[in-house]
Amino acid sequence: MKRLGPTLLLAIAIGALAFGSAVQAQDSRLLNVSFDPTRELYKEADAAFATSWKRQTGKDLRITTSNGGSGKQSRAVQDGLEADVVTLALAWDIDVLADRGLLARDWQSRLPEHSTPYTSTVVFLVRKGNPKGIRDWPDLVRDGVQVITPNPKTSGGARWNFLAAWGWAQRQPGGNADKARAYVAQLYKHVPVLDTGARGATNTFVQRGIGDVLIAWESEALQARQELGADKFDVVVPSLTILAEPPVAVVDKVVDKHGTRAAAEAYLKFLYSPEGQALVAKHYYRPRDTSVAAKYATIFPPVKTFTLAEQFGDWRKAQATYFADGGIYDQISEAGR
Amino acid sequence: MERGVLMAAVAAYAANTARRSRSGRWRHALLIALALLCVGVLLVLPLLAVFAEAFAKGWAVFAAAVTDPDALAAVRLTLTVAAIAVPANTVFGLAAAWLLTHHQFRGKALLGALIDLPFSVSPVVAGLVCVLVYGVHGWFGGWLEAHGLRVIFAWPGLVLATVFVAFPFVARELIPLMQAQGSDEELAARTLGAGGWQIFFRVTLPRIRWALLYGVLLCTARSMGEFGAVSVVSGHLPGLTNTLPLQVDQVYNGGSDTAIASAFALASLLACLGLVTLLAKRLMEWRHGGELAHSLRRSEPSA
Repeated sequence: MKRLGPTLLLAIAIGALAFGSAVQAQDSRLLNVSFDPTRELYKEADAAFATSWKRQTGKDLRITTSNGGSGKQSRAVQDGLEADVVTLALAWDIDVLADRGLLARDWQSRLPEHSTPYTSTVVFLVRKGNPKGIRDWPDLVRDGVQVITPNPKTSGGARWNFLAAWGWAQRQPGGNADKARAYVAQLYKHVPVLDTGARGATNTFVQRGIGDVLIAWESEALQARQELGADKFDVVVPSLTILAEPPVAVVDKVVDKHGTRAAAEAYLKFLYSPEGQALVAKHYYRPRDTSVAAKYATIFPPVKTFTLAEQFGDWRKAQATYFADGGIYDQISEAGR
Repeated sequence: MERGVLMAAVAAYAANTARRSRSGRWRHALLIALALLCVGVLLVLPLLAVFAEAFAKGWAVFAAAVTDPDALAAVRLTLTVAAIAVPANTVFGLAAAWLLTHHQFRGKALLGALIDLPFSVSPVVAGLVCVLVYGVHGWFGGWLEAHGLRVIFAWPGLVLATVFVAFPFVARELIPLMQAQGSDEELAARTLGAGGWQIFFRVTLPRIRWALLYGVLLCTARSMGEFGAVSVVSGHLPGLTNTLPLQVDQVYNGGSDTAIASAFALASLLACLGLVTLLAKRLMEWRHGGELAHSLRRSEPSA
């Protein structure tokens, strides 16, 4: 009996290995590596697409979506996480993958609307009744106002927030880059907690009750209000804000390896279909499809926006100027210390 | 007269002792109260809070949370990882303890120090090192990729990270005991003609089995509970590479009240796994405490 010891250990190890490989080897599946606040959207969209794929091809498809800060997720794909598709917060996080040779450099021209099937804007979520009287960007830097926004170094959503504030300041009468910088520096002095992701920041504001105003994507703000009751929060739309365009892309190298290109491309196209666009709107992202948008017009208040292209050129440039190591965000936060 | 003096002295002594023991009792009680307060506030209360939160939204939410396919997959993965990491660490721990206590060799002190490395290195560093070595752009990344092997963002990476962080437990339990026991009995067995495996299974193992079991329990608890290192190498794929602690974190980040209750439901599951381990340890000490003490006592003369 005692002689069995080593054999038993070996048997356990082999059994576990076999079990592990069984977990790996599955039929057709897609991995969507996404950013933080899309979990509810893709939970539903994944199931809907799997059904429609089954109807069209008769094949079963299992879709897994992983969520996290956009930059962190992009990093994981660079480090070898085999994402068939990426649906991230900003184009730069996919550009980096293209630089690594994971997909074609012209990826953004492969799907309609610069590969962004849905958009959002940057708005303010405040406590019910708006006790601090926050109406527009200047109110955020008043004395005694605490602002919650995640860290732009790790969160894609936070970068859009940063650029929204910057763009607003620069587009004011007499505005210029120096004034914008001064305003943004002032703004980040009012931030008591820098979460790593957008969802973390929402939880800080909503669940832990920290701060007077959350700078958030409209989708995130509307959802928080919906889930926690309209009696707890108000959404404030500033006079001018940015149009956030979170892009999607098929990762060429991975789908070619997995043989999942057809499914992956159909999956992304599904997001542009009327059914996909309706799901997008249901989860508070602004649909691109005008007829779907018209149907959901009551949810989305009219808002004046500028695009990243209009104000900053493209993401490569914006990333290098503002968020790269030693960039303007680093300079601001160092000076603020 | 002499007798009177003696009586007085005895009475004085008795009074003195009583006073001392009375103040001693007070101090005693105060210390116990303080210890209980610390344990209560720092350990018991948070544990109770986990269970309270888990049922905050009622049984239905709890049941839905723990029967969610992703949650079940996480439980399965956690147990699988532990089922590989714990036997591996048991073998490593035994080998290391044996080497360190029964042999003299160059670099022995270094090996002894290295065993503690996982205790002193932050688990995040352990995870990042795994990515650095086995990741696509890591040292062995190209080779692994060419052979179609996935380590990082797949279960082997989780096992590697877990083995790393749970490495010292078995060895650290065994070394003091084996050191105290010395190798006299093994030497005696050898003189009587026993072979290597025979000595190990008939002489060494019976003498250290309780310490070994204790080490294995601690190692198991740590393997199932590890967060930092596995978080780096996991890729956070729900249903695929999320261990239970990672799943708790992910569900919690869902943010809604239901999500938070669900996260605590899973956390309570994790706590239960820990409590079962603890219970097994208590049970073992209670049933075999005599033997445990005996094996230590037997070793005392040689210590």
